[in-house]
Amino acid sequence: MNNALELIGLRKAYPEFVLDDINLTLPAGSIMGLIGENGAGKSTTIKLILNLLRRDAGEITVLGKDSKKEEMAVKEQLGVVFDQACFPDSFRPRDVETVLKRLYRGWDSQEYSQYLDRFELPGNKTVKEYSRGMKTKLSIAAALSHHARLLILDEPTGGLDPVVRDELLDVLLEYIQDDRNSVLISSHLITDLEKIADYIAFLHRGKLIFCENKEELLDRYGMINCTQAQFEELDKAAVLGRRKNQFGVEALVDRRRMKQGGPIERASIEDIMLYIIKGEKQ
Amino acid sequence: MDIVLSNSGKKPLYEQITEQIKRMILSGRLSCGEPLPSIRLLAKELRISVITTKRAYEELERQGLIETSPGRGSFVKKTDFLKVKEEHLLSAGEWLGRAVKEAKSGGISLEKLETMLQKLYQEENR
Repeated sequence: MNNALELIGLRKAYPEFVLDDINLTLPAGSIMGLIGENGAGKSTTIKLILNLLRRDAGEITVLGKDSKKEEMAVKEQLGVVFDQACFPDSFRPRDVETVLKRLYRGWDSQEYSQYLDRFELPGNKTVKEYSRGMKTKLSIAAALSHHARLLILDEPTGGLDPVVRDELLDVLLEYIQDDRNSVLISSHLITDLEKIADYIAFLHRGKLIFCENKEELLDRYGMINCTQAQFEELDKAAVLGRRKNQFGVEALVDRRRMKQGGPIERASIEDIMLYIIKGEKQ
Repeated sequence: MDIVLSNSGKKPLYEQITEQIKRMILSGRLSCGEPLPSIRLLAKELRISVITTKRAYEELERQGLIETSPGRGSFVKKTDFLKVKEEHLLSAGEWLGRAVKEAKSGGISLEKLETMLQKLYQEENR
């Protein structure tokens, strides 16, 4: 088993929105960041993977198993964190454990209590009394305590303070110290993902714009700052998006298609996403 | 083993890692056969992607400085680094020759050139 996740020709159509022809592969042992604007289809994709939505077409293979035919076996090895913790308000951490212990054969009480300690989650309080950050930490603790091989997080960092977000990055990097473990994480806070993700999948209006190795993305794309006159001289095939102001132009370029020299700066994943969206609107 | 990364630097992260480890090997601070941290540990400690540390190690392998065997990890290769060092020395000499020529034709003194060299050498250490 070399891939943690494979999506082939995934499709889901709504009257107002269509997610179509999604093909992506997440190699085992790596972290994939799923990025895109609100409404791009990130959550829909994740819900399809989890069989929370019925797909219209396509195949989903999780950890080498068909996600429909072997749903139970797949779920045993999945850890899931949503942006809103989905535990009942009246639950205390031990109630969460009581329920999950019955659901997962691989439940590890020791692991769970270690995460509760590490995240400083009070055992005597109910979920209702928890802050947003504490709820998310509880979800993460619960998701990581049955030796899941694939962790799926849907916008886990929304509404979290920078300290908790930072801690999450450490938890994920620790999790993939075992190269059989993999992570799929969606977020619109791209700078967080940029640091630790190995692959970036970029969804835009229901289409997958790219799904690539981060190193290759950073090699390929660059930013230039130039005057309007200099911009006119550029091969337009190299320009993927631009922002004009009164005094000059900033543009995202494909380094391989740039004929002339001149300084090309590093583009961040955020630049790549923003300028590609902008480029399309022009 | 010290590895210091700069996020504002012009050089990509993988290149910064490759250069710093290469420097440690060629200067003898890392000796032959010495194990290197795993790509996963290095990524975790530096808080960067595994794919980036992997690329850095692949580059070091390509340059013949380290070897990786599956299951055992990466080690400093047992080869003659003097030869690699020699090559660098030759190339540095060539560039310095050009610099001297340029300085002389502009009437720049040896002292001035030495100060400049010292400054550049120290700055490059980062």
